Amino acid sequence: MGEVIVITSGKGGVGKTTTVANIGTGLAKEGYSVVLVDTDIGLRNLDVVLGLENRIVYDIVDVANGHCRLKQALIRDKRLESLYLLPAAQTKDKTAVTEEQMKELCQKLKEDFDYVIIDCPAGIEQGFKNAIAGADRAVVVTTPEVAAVRDADRVIGLLEAAGLNEPDLIINRLRPDMVKQGNMMDIDDIIDILAVDLLGVVPEDEMIVISTNKGEPAVLDSRSNAGEAYRNIAKRITGEDIPIMLLEANEGIMALFKRLIGRKK
Amino acid sequence: MLELLQRLFGRDEADKSKNVAKERLRLVLVQDRCSISPHILEALKEDMIGVISKYLEIDEKGLEVNFNNEDNCLALVASIPIVRMKRTYNENK
Repeated sequence: MGEVIVITSGKGGVGKTTTVANIGTGLAKEGYSVVLVDTDIGLRNLDVVLGLENRIVYDIVDVANGHCRLKQALIRDKRLESLYLLPAAQTKDKTAVTEEQMKELCQKLKEDFDYVIIDCPAGIEQGFKNAIAGADRAVVVTTPEVAAVRDADRVIGLLEAAGLNEPDLIINRLRPDMVKQGNMMDIDDIIDILAVDLLGVVPEDEMIVISTNKGEPAVLDSRSNAGEAYRNIAKRITGEDIPIMLLEANEGIMALFKRLIGRKK
Repeated sequence: MLELLQRLFGRDEADKSKNVAKERLRLVLVQDRCSISPHILEALKEDMIGVISKYLEIDEKGLEVNFNNEDNCLALVASIPIVRMKRTYNENK
């Protein structure tokens, strides 16, 4: 019996879908069987991030309503044999699936897969409730900004009210150079405020934009810093004890030079 | 000149935008987290009446319980009109 993990955030644009694609790919690369479920009905994106947009025939709403069998809607990844996607519908809305249907779906999927990773829509309305309905554990993604951390706090409260206790936190898009200058909240600041366990820290990385352009998750790219962080997160999810990467400010020659001749404003 | 020196040797802590962010976040979360549901507030009121009535005779209708958010700290403020003091606690056991 597998485990159902919902990836959520409250605020949009913090990197939920990217996180789902990378964690899922990372887990599959470790040899686990993984299915990624996009519950953002009406605004499906996970297929594009994974580069699987041209292969969709059926979607989650078709499965929930019995228009097709579950196996027919699952799309196998191009690169990894043990990775599958259950896409969201693009034409319906969040009410097209019920919480009961989601629970049933998760139950079925975890019979066949080691990990069922659910991409939750932004917000805390029906789409959120559906996404968390069948989950065994939750991961909250935030960025080091006031609005994102505030929404993460709200979501953590709602998750705990729904019985998903002690969600783990991923801090995304951290910029070590800005942290060093005192212009970005640090890991400890955020953990202190939210009082949750840290699952990982992902540095801001241009490679994410490039990999999303190509539809190839950065976790497969050994040169990407963010990819490295996601590989570690995937391993931590499986129970491996991997220390949090200490992010060094990568200052570059120019910044170093500027520091030598005088402090930057 | 002093300003220039401050810049050269790093600015004081409070100036850093991360500390501004932290403080704003702390304040906003105090408010967010205290939005307690009316149902829970009502239950809290009833329990308070129960406990206080053991010691004092109070005007239950005049009881007011609210959250107060001033000076960056959150407080539970209760106004409880006392009708009469009970002479001894044991008598009512």
